[in-house]
This record gives sequence, C-alpha cells and structure tokens, in this order.
Amino acid sequence: MVLDELKIGGLGSSRRRVEDDRFIRGKGNYVDDIVLPGMLHMEILRSPVAHARIKKIDTTRAWDMPGVRLVLTGEMMAARNLAWMPTLSYDTQAVLATDKVRFQGQEVACVVADDPYIAKDAIEAIDVEYEVLPAIVSPEQALAPEAPLIRDDKANQQDNVIFDWEVGDKAGTDAAFARADVVSKIEMHYPRSHPSPIETCGSIADFDRATEKLTVYMTSQAPHIIRAAVALVAELPEHMIRIVSPDIGGGFGNKVPVYPGYVASILASILLERPVKWIEDKTSNLMSTGFGRDVYLQGEMALRADGKILAVRMHTDSDHGAFFSDAQPSKFKIGLMHSTFACYDIPTAHLTAKGVYTNKAPGGVAYRCSFRVTEAMYFQERMVQAAADDLGMDQAEFRRRNFVRDDDFPHRTAFGFLTDSGQYGKCLDVGLEAIGYEDFLKEKEEAAKRGKLLGIGISTMTEPLGAGNSREYDILGIKMFDSAELRVHMTGKAILRTGAKTQGQGHETTWGQIVAHELGIPAEDVLVEEGDTDTAPFGMGTYASRSTPVAGAAVSMVARKIRAKARKLAAHLLEASEEDIEWELGRFHLRGDPSRGVTIQECAMAAYSNLPDGLEPGLENVAYYDPPNLTWPFACYIATVEVDPGTGVWDVLRVVAVDDCGVRINPMIVEGQIMGGLTEAYAMANMQFITFDEEGNCIGGNYMDYLLPTAWETPGFELHEVVTPCPHHPIGAKGIGECATVGGPAAFVNAVMDALKGHDVRNIDMPLLPDRVYKAMTERTDVSGAPPLRME
Amino acid sequence: MTSLFEEITPEASGDVPTRKITISINGEQRSANVEPRLLLAHLIRQGFKLTGTHTGCDTTNCGACTVLLDGEPVKSCTMLAVQANGHEVTTVEGLAGPSELHPIQEGFKDEHGLQCGFCTPGMMLTAKALLDRNPDPTEEDVRWALAGNLCRCTGYQNIVKAVLWAGDKLRGEADGGEES
Ligand code: FES
Ligand code: FES
Repeated sequence: MVLDELKIGGLGSSRRRVEDDRFIRGKGNYVDDIVLPGMLHMEILRSPVAHARIKKIDTTRAWDMPGVRLVLTGEMMAARNLAWMPTLSYDTQAVLATDKVRFQGQEVACVVADDPYIAKDAIEAIDVEYEVLPAIVSPEQALAPEAPLIRDDKANQQDNVIFDWEVGDKAGTDAAFARADVVSKIEMHYPRSHPSPIETCGSIADFDRATEKLTVYMTSQAPHIIRAAVALVAELPEHMIRIVSPDIGGGFGNKVPVYPGYVASILASILLERPVKWIEDKTSNLMSTGFGRDVYLQGEMALRADGKILAVRMHTDSDHGAFFSDAQPSKFKIGLMHSTFACYDIPTAHLTAKGVYTNKAPGGVAYRCSFRVTEAMYFQERMVQAAADDLGMDQAEFRRRNFVRDDDFPHRTAFGFLTDSGQYGKCLDVGLEAIGYEDFLKEKEEAAKRGKLLGIGISTMTEPLGAGNSREYDILGIKMFDSAELRVHMTGKAILRTGAKTQGQGHETTWGQIVAHELGIPAEDVLVEEGDTDTAPFGMGTYASRSTPVAGAAVSMVARKIRAKARKLAAHLLEASEEDIEWELGRFHLRGDPSRGVTIQECAMAAYSNLPDGLEPGLENVAYYDPPNLTWPFACYIATVEVDPGTGVWDVLRVVAVDDCGVRINPMIVEGQIMGGLTEAYAMANMQFITFDEEGNCIGGNYMDYLLPTAWETPGFELHEVVTPCPHHPIGAKGIGECATVGGPAAFVNAVMDALKGHDVRNIDMPLLPDRVYKAMTERTDVSGAPPLRME
Repeated sequence: MTSLFEEITPEASGDVPTRKITISINGEQRSANVEPRLLLAHLIRQGFKLTGTHTGCDTTNCGACTVLLDGEPVKSCTMLAVQANGHEVTTVEGLAGPSELHPIQEGFKDEHGLQCGFCTPGMMLTAKALLDRNPDPTEEDVRWALAGNLCRCTGYQNIVKAVLWAGDKLRGEADGGEES
C-alpha cells in the first residue's frame, strides 16, 4: 500500500503549524522573555541632533546613581579598539560616537543598571555638549559643492559619495535611444521606509569568565554571520562564541545587521562578568536600525511606435545614511537593482547608480526584499505604465507585447541575469480574468460620467530570490550557501537543523514536510530546530526569501543522502543487492515483488542494531547546498481604486494577486506570506514612510508618526496561482515571502495614477497621502515626496 | 538596593517608595510591593513571570501588551501597576487551562491567524472581549474591534477569519450542539 503523501503532511499539505502550539498559549520564547540569574539591563543614550561635533561628555552624575553598574562612552570603547566596527558593506560604523554624531538617534553612551527604569533615569543624567553642524537629508544636498563632509573620519573621503557604479551596455543603449520613435521619461523617489517588526531588536550577552565562553541571545535572522562578526570585531575565538536566536517577533530584514547595542551589551557583559540585557524601544528601533529603500530614479525607455521596448536607461541616486551598512552581496553596490525589467524582453539596457552619505540612520536592509529588488520592480512597473500612456496603448497589452515568451527560456536579461522559466502571459491573463478587466474599464467610463474617479493598476514582474549561487553571491566574502543536518533516530523519529532562522515563516512546519516528501517519515515525527550556532550547521540565515530556495533545498538533499544509506540497509535486510531494490514513499521493496519490503523506520532501526559488514552505524547526515541559480518566482498584482475628487482620499476596491512560486510546500503558509506581503505593499503605497526635516529630525520615529495599516484599513485580498516548477530546485519550489511586497506597491500607485488620467499628472511619490493626491489633481502637477519635509 | 523590576516581593525593600497592591491575575490573587511608576505590563512580565504579554511600542499603538482588565481590553504598557490594584486581570495564559485551548486559540491555529506570534496574545484577548460582548460579529465588526492591535506579518485577513471561526464555535457550544 503506497503511502498517501498528504496524510503524512508531505508536499502540498496545508498542515497546521507546529510552532503555533506555543505561541497561542503565550509560551513563545522571545529574547525579552529570557531572564538569566544576576542579569543587568542596558539602555542607550542617543543623539538628539542629526549632525554635530561632540565637545564633551560628562557621565559623573550617572555613575553616582544607586543601581548603576557601568556607563560606557565612545572613549572607553576606543580604548578597547571597539569605537568603530566594520559594516556588511566594507565600510565602518560608529558603535558609540567619539568625534561627531552623524544622525539623529545615533548611539552616544550606554548605561548598565540593576533594572531598566534605573538605566533610563541614568541616561538622562549624562551631559553631552554638542556643536551643531548643518544636516544633509537628501542626495541633492549631499552632492552640492558646498556640502559639509559627513565622513571626515575616513582618511581618503573627500566628498559624500560612497560609490559610482554601472552595469549594462552604454553604447548599445545610446544607439537604441537614437533609433526610438518615442522616448518615455519619468522621475520618482522610493521613500525611506522601515521594516518595523512589532518586536524590536535586543540581546542578552552572557560572558562566563570561568569557561571564557560568550553566549549571546539575540534577535538575529542570521546567527552564524553574527558569530563570525563577533569573532572579528571583539577578537574572541569563534568556538567560544555561541549565538542563540530564540523566537523572533518578525524580522523583514531589520534583524540582519550588527547593531551597536549588541556590541555594547557584549562588552558590558565581559567587563561586568554578568549577563547584560538590552531591549530597544520602538522609537530607537525606527530611528536607528536598518531602514529600507530611499532611492531616486531617473528612468527612460526607448520605444518603437508599435509598443516594442528597444532599450531602458536608468540612473539611481541612493541615500544610505551616515554609514554604508547595507546588508547585501558584496559584488553589487546597489543590490540587485539590475534585476529590473527581467520579465520583459529588452534588447539592451544601461544602469548607473550613485550612493551617498547623509545625516540619516544607516543600514539599507533588504526590507522584505531581495536586495533593492523592491525598488527595481517598482521603478520598472511605474515606467511601464508611463510608457504605455505615452504610446496611448492599453497597459495590459503593452506588457503582453514585451514579455519574455514561455518558449524563450533560459533567457539572458539585458543586465545579464539568467531567468530559467516563466509563464508571464498566462499569469497576467489569470489576473485580468479574475478582476474582470474589460468590465471594469466600462464601469470606469460610466463612473467618469458621474464625476467619479475609478482606476485600475497592474504590476507584473519576476524577481530573483534565494541568493546564492556562491560564485556570485557572498556577504563579506562568506559564500551564500545553506545547510541542513538530519538525524534519524532508531525508532524512525528525527531531528532536523538548518542554517536558516524562522521568524514567522513556519520552518518548524514546512521543513518536516520536505522530509516527509523525501523519506516518507511523517512530518509530525520530525523535530525542527534552528538558531543556535552551537548545534545548527553553518548557514547564512533567513532573509531575501532564501530559506526555501537554499536551506529548503539542503533539507531535500540531506534527506536524499539518508535515503541512499537506508537503501543499503534495506538491501541488507531483504538479502538482496542494492540494484534490485526499489523506492516508494516511505518504503523499499524488491523489484518485481512489492510485497517484500522494509519501511524507512525499519531501516532506521537496522542502522543502530543490524548492520551489514563494513557499513558505518547510525543514520545521520548533513548537506550544504549551493544553488546553481537564483529562483525566479513571478506574479501579477492588480488593484482597483476609487479616488475622491474632493479630498484626494483613495479607497481600494479590490486586490487580485496571482503568484507563481513553483511547487507549494504548504499552500496555507504560502498564502499567509502573500497576504502579509500585500499588506506591506499597501502600507508603502498609502501611509508608511520616514522623512526628515531640514535639521535632520526624523519624522516617523514612532508609531504615532510611522503609520502601519490596521485590520480596519487593510483591504481584503483575492489570491490565485500559476504553477511553474523551478527547474533547478530539488522539489521545484521558489521563494515567495517577498513577492507581494516587491510587486504590490506599483499596482496601487498605478491604479491611482490611472484614476487621475487626464489630470496631467505623471507621478506622485509614495505614499500617496491624500494631500499629495489632492495637490496633484487640483494643481495638475507631479508631487515629489523627497525630503526635507517643509511644513506649509 | 533591591531591583523592584524582577524581584517582586511581598515585603517592601525599604529604600524605594513602594505601594502594596493586590491583583487577581488569571483567577489567582497576587500581592506585590511595587514602585508607583512600574507599568502593569512589566509587573505582569517580569514580576509575575507571565511573558505571553508582549511589549512592542512606546506610544500605545501596537496592542501587543493587551490584557483584559475586568473583562475589558486595556494596553498594559499604558497603565501603572498600581492602577490595577483590586482589579481582575486576564492574560493569554489565563485564556484556557494548561491542557486545553480556548476556541479563539484553536481558531488562530486553524485559520493560520499568526506567523511570528508576537501580536497574537494581544489579538486573542481583544477578540475575546469582542466575542463576549458580541457573540455573532460581522467581518466589519471584527476588523473594527481589532483596529488597536497591529500585526506586521499576516495582513489580518486570517486573523479576522480566526475570530469568526471562534465565534461560530462558541455559539455552537452555547447552543449545546455540534458544529456542522
Ligand atoms: S506595547 Fe504597544 S500598545 Fe502597549
Ligand atoms: S504574527 Fe507577527 S506581528 Fe502578527
């Protein structure tokens, strides 16, 4: 009797989540839930100004307060060579400021005390004298000839430029533009945003003088990278460092970098020889930790009159804040921006990118995104809509005409990526059908007669998820592979550990499903553990939707290694040669006689009790997986909106999402990821951004200013799917966690712009706040959202 | 100097002004000497070691800290512990007995109403207050009731479904009938 894969929780089963059992009881174990004996509490004093020279720091009053154990300043850090630390992008970042503060919210001093209330009191008692300098809050200001030099700490830095980078074919692109019938141009700003998981960042450092071992419990999406970084920064032996990521209350890229608070808590624990806990408050999290986006685009498309795109030319200026600490593969300065237009068949393209320092928080992280792919696809789909409008073509038809065709794979994009599969036209058709495209266009026309503004926005894209391969992708030189270790016990139950780290994605549930698929061991018999560097195999962590493409593939591969050994055990048990044994799910049998067989569980028992001569005991293995390519999920998102002509307020009428992420391991979890992503897309289009005034004050540094949609505003979502298995992934899966965040924003913005057709507006920068929409409509003008924010 | 943050003792420590309070927490009477400025959320988490109540913000916006005070949802990060003196507090740990689940908990699991789980306790308690008041809410009622609780992972759709699922189940139980 062949096992029913769905019954054992294998691939395609919407198995309910294992981790939920503790979360719904309030028994999760987040970092702030951990209490160690003798633990002290750390708070950070942050700069109130964006740019200033530090004249003096006086900590006397703080030291004198009862319950204060330690006050750390930049000077004390410098004495231990810890005032600066390397970033993930080969720059340096201040741990505690010594010379200058370079953004509002920068870490200036720390207090460690018996409880956080005392630590907070003591922070107030530190006196700092600042000499305030002019603040820079945009690339335009940073590049102005008279701009003050932000990074005067760096010997060879003469200006505020971090990099000038280019990719593509300039000559070919220029030639194509010379031949174009129409050139379509658009400029826009993708505003600064923050991943803002509900749980902030934090750590508990616990240095044990007796064993010389340092244990750090922390909110990290990539604990092994942190272990390596701590070994390098603090010059501690790597085997004496244990990083534990317990349950994480959401990450979205925010919990990838190394933050000064982690480093300071480690030093404090070493100095005091007691555990030191640091839990950030929300304001600190929003003002100082890894932001996303903040990129300006100048985009141009060369078009033929019949709608064919001949070439694309793009220039981006990106604002990285005071330190270049983007968490991204080292080869690419502006992440994977050049994955833009990957779903379109474009003969030639050229991208130039300039990155600058400003007096804003550092940390361009891949916010629910694969390294700037979110900007890449937003720019692409806004440019596509503008081009269709310029040609007077239907926006769906324009896309269809330029898609890479289903039989054109593998396809080399104009910027050099290799896409391996796709059914873009079908995906679009499913979306159009679901939304009722033709009917909506009629309805829109009718509504216009009654003075109502309806709009429909489409966004189609394919994006590269799941870095590496390791030839091209590394972080600080560490190759981007991943790992899985599987130990099958003698009763056929198993424990699986990977180098990834779940933060809500449900690895404890889905990894078991892959094992069930590969070995026929029921998913419920597989315990999944992640996040402890003492026990998990080395891996690069979870971000950029890389878990399923890389670690998930490693799970398949390690299970296949186990199966290969089990086959030898089966041959031994069945007294046959290996070649005469056949595999069916969960069982080996004799070729030609399916009735004579042994289950995987019987093989497991034999591995510990009945071995053939010469075979190693045990049924355990580890696999390191280096993917041959990225995975290329694709999607079509369509939104319909109604804009109120009297106020500029817009309401979402419907949202249709069609996603192709290949084989779905757990459809329920996949859909959960898509809906979460759509909500962030809606948030960015509608309300969520961080900006700065002329003095460099952060606007959006708390939840009263940084608006996140609630259940009330968030629209309902209609989900559809197309399935094109990934040709190189062992089970045909692709990344999915970020697609909707990447592709979604353009659907909303395109819909509002569609509603405003005829108002002479080409672009409104996100978020499309009612006042911006109103201004665009009534003054018939584009509206920029670039800082500085001026109060009118 | 005793830290009143983690070591909540029935006796005052002497060198910090404290007030003695008594709270019924999940049906159990607990007394503590607390600094007047101690937040209820911290008393619950650190003092009573009930860490299912989370804190996610400093502006009363996220709702991760939601508990029920005499059956009404309150944000425990914005209440002083002393204000809860003499009141009944319910946290996620008090939703059901150790070996059983409340239908709201079952609903969240069954409808995939959580991902990272950080907002979940607050969401469930807000949902409980809603269903206690309005056993048969519409989707709109649920969305409105949950508007003080932020979730960054799920997009809310499945949370709404989970609450409606729980409502159905509770009404089924109240009717004494099996759910169809
Ligand atoms: S912690 Fe955010 S509302 Fe209480
Ligand atoms: S499940 Fe993560 S915040 Fe709601």
